[in-house]
Amino acid sequence: MTLLHIAVLAPFLFALLVPFLFKYLRKIHTGWFVMIVPLVLFIYFVSYLPTTSDGHTVMKRFEWVPSLGINFDLYVDGLSLLFALLITGIGTLVILYSIYYLAGKKERLNHFYVYILLFMGAMLGVVLSDNIIVLYVFWEVTSISSALLISYWYTKDASVYGAQKSMYVTVFGGLTMLGGFSLLYVMAETFSIREMIAGSDIIMNHELFLPAMILVLVGAFTKSAQFPFHIWLPDAMEAPTPVSAYLHSATMVKAGIYLVARMTPVFGGGAEWFWIITSFGIFTMLWGGISALRQKDLKAILAFSTISQLGMIMSLLGAGSAAFYYMDGDNALYTTAILAAVFHLINHATFKGSLFMVAGIIDHETGTRDIRKLGGLMTIMPISATLSVIGLAAMAGLPPFNGFLSKELFFTGIMNVVQYDMWNGDTIGFILPVIAWIASIFTFTYSAIIFFRTFRGKFKPDMLPVKKVHEAPIGMLISPIILVLAVLVISIFPNMLAYTVIEPAMMSILPGILSEGSSFYVDIYHWHGINLELTMTIGVVIIGTILYMTMDKWSKLGIYQKEQDIITTVYDYGYDALIKGSQLITRAQMTGMLRDYLVYMLIFIVGLMTYTMFRFEGFHFSMENASDIDLFMYVILATLSVTIILLPKVNNRMTAIILAGFVGFLVAFIFTVFRAPDLALTQLMVETVSVILFMAVFYHLPNLTKDNIAPLTKSINIVVAGMSGLMVTFVSISAFTYGQMTPFEAISQYFIENSKSLGGGYNMVNVILVDFRGLDTMLELLVLGIAALGVISLIKLRVGESDDV
Amino acid sequence: MEIVMSAVIGLLFAVAVYLMFSRNILRVLIGTLLLSHSVHLILLTMAGLQRGAPPLLFLEAGSYTDPLPQALILTAIVINFGITAFVSVLVYRTYQEHKSVDLYDMRGAKDE
Repeated sequence: MTLLHIAVLAPFLFALLVPFLFKYLRKIHTGWFVMIVPLVLFIYFVSYLPTTSDGHTVMKRFEWVPSLGINFDLYVDGLSLLFALLITGIGTLVILYSIYYLAGKKERLNHFYVYILLFMGAMLGVVLSDNIIVLYVFWEVTSISSALLISYWYTKDASVYGAQKSMYVTVFGGLTMLGGFSLLYVMAETFSIREMIAGSDIIMNHELFLPAMILVLVGAFTKSAQFPFHIWLPDAMEAPTPVSAYLHSATMVKAGIYLVARMTPVFGGGAEWFWIITSFGIFTMLWGGISALRQKDLKAILAFSTISQLGMIMSLLGAGSAAFYYMDGDNALYTTAILAAVFHLINHATFKGSLFMVAGIIDHETGTRDIRKLGGLMTIMPISATLSVIGLAAMAGLPPFNGFLSKELFFTGIMNVVQYDMWNGDTIGFILPVIAWIASIFTFTYSAIIFFRTFRGKFKPDMLPVKKVHEAPIGMLISPIILVLAVLVISIFPNMLAYTVIEPAMMSILPGILSEGSSFYVDIYHWHGINLELTMTIGVVIIGTILYMTMDKWSKLGIYQKEQDIITTVYDYGYDALIKGSQLITRAQMTGMLRDYLVYMLIFIVGLMTYTMFRFEGFHFSMENASDIDLFMYVILATLSVTIILLPKVNNRMTAIILAGFVGFLVAFIFTVFRAPDLALTQLMVETVSVILFMAVFYHLPNLTKDNIAPLTKSINIVVAGMSGLMVTFVSISAFTYGQMTPFEAISQYFIENSKSLGGGYNMVNVILVDFRGLDTMLELLVLGIAALGVISLIKLRVGESDDV
Repeated sequence: MEIVMSAVIGLLFAVAVYLMFSRNILRVLIGTLLLSHSVHLILLTMAGLQRGAPPLLFLEAGSYTDPLPQALILTAIVINFGITAFVSVLVYRTYQEHKSVDLYDMRGAKDE
């Protein structure tokens, strides 16, 4: 257990304290205590920066299940450190923001902060684990904490719906991913990601390569809301805004990005990886952009915009995986794509975080997020408006902001695909930049919609739930201001991050392609001269503006009016069908009738036994060793058979009891014949008492009547009963024959030899019962005692009139 | 002998199961009784029948019948008696509460 391990576990440990802090220190908002955790962790992780920027990595081991190769190994390199800094950095700001956002007296802060800390620790675990099983465990914890946070206001139906949906989708993906991880283990025979990267040649040429890749990608795509798994993210917006800013834009949804980046050295270098990721990513970017245009809720627009931006980063990672095909060092042809992915990841966290926080402020101050009701807030909320302008300009890709820088790099990276001379990059690859360009137009347009519909236009106070609208308190503004300052700083000095963060992260995503001792060289600058990328940006601005100007026209179209995603409709239908289907099956099977349950069970058992007998040749039949039959036994057995066949037909209760008793006495007789005097004695006693008991009970009950059972049911009953009887006969014969065949000595010989010397008795059965198996007999007495108590309470105790039986 | 016994056991089991499929709870009760008989006889038959003297050492016979199945059956008979007693009283009380011995009528559809 090292300091690094403690750092990952610290949020979990601190979460234990939160309920007490909440209960005993009510005067101080719990958030102030909680904020210490990410702040300290952030500073701690910053101390790793010099190590990773020198190209070193840190590996700490804590053995968990060493026999299975599952160890709590933590691995710090450029990529994981970048994520750790995002998680703790944005985490600090989000908690600061939440202190003001959740200022109400009735907020259940103890729940909220426990979930947030749970998420923070799990997310750190995901990005720092080297062992995929440990990674998987943390991965699922992020899904669970996310669902808990979405349903924080659990009295709202929409919250519960959103939480369920995110849970189903992400946990489904997580389980699929576990399947992929298992296949990876089969191939690489290790759970360690670093060892898999070292052995990627074996994995690449293995026949399980493609299935494993697809399964892992389903996990990454569900988490990172890639089409068609993106449907959970818009509904996750029911969570409090700090959660949306933290989990659903800056960190958790990027876990899928992280996984893809992390697995690129393992899977990358083939056409499948490249095309699946790039095409899904670019299509998600387009789909998210189109869907965002149709939304009227500020947070829903931002959610679809997040989907779109995640798709963009995903496609870049796909394009950059070509590096493993060429293996020729720092070649800008494909490393630009990776650079753009890493750079945009950081930029997106900064501007989208601030935009979510501003959306939360607007919601908090006006009481609505509906862009049809908002408008003219610029003069009332000048600071928020300024923050929005910068964030939106960065998102739309306008110069000189950081979004522009990464958008330009994105265009370059995606256009480079056309120059790939393999994987059909040079033939159909041109479609990628075209879609990217169209999607960017939508990005510009919805950014414009957010700004102009919220802050410009006419102020409509009568449509707002809150009467006196004013600027948010300064505490709430601090976090977005810090994020916007980060946007500005990155915009002006983009290369500040190049050496410290971006280059080490690129090293982690593309290990082994550089020659020894060299490193990536990143230089980001604004002016590249008038080139294709700049022309594309200008085109985006012009067409995007036209699109916004004509909004009044196209917003009347039917497709715009319908907000719901088509995939959500599919999901809802599927969900309903699942519920109805399982109810149907349950109702068919849980009929509440003893007969049905018995029939199901017996059919299953008979089927299983028949299968086993055929499959393993379980049936043995041999007349050898079978003992002779005395003549009188024929009489006895014939009498017994006739009696039991008659039993079901008897309609008089007393006759039935007497016949049943008669069967019991015949069984006692058989015991005598077969050298079991103790059994015969016991059976006689028990049978006598049973018959008396039955007489006593049946006397109070109505007489037997002919069973009124439908003919079909009756014939099924006869068949099932006959089959069961036949099965028992076969089992009995096989057991006997097989017992005679095996050369093993029966354990009974031990009892025969030792019952005198060890047990001191001549009756072996008795010695076994009271001596060798004495404890069994004692527990048997306990069972009898319980039965006796049950009988007494059934007879003596009465439920009162008012009590429900 | 064992083969014939097995056939009788199968018959006993089949009738027991058939009785347990009945609507009338009394028949079900008798069915469980027969079911336990058949199980006891299976245990006895498995070990082989009529091999040697009863398992009593003072007989000083050369070979004895296997005592272990007998010990198991003895336990089973006693436990079965306890269960039978409990279930018959349960049937009695059920009839008192619901005035019915028909299992089809008694199925609870209310609290589903």
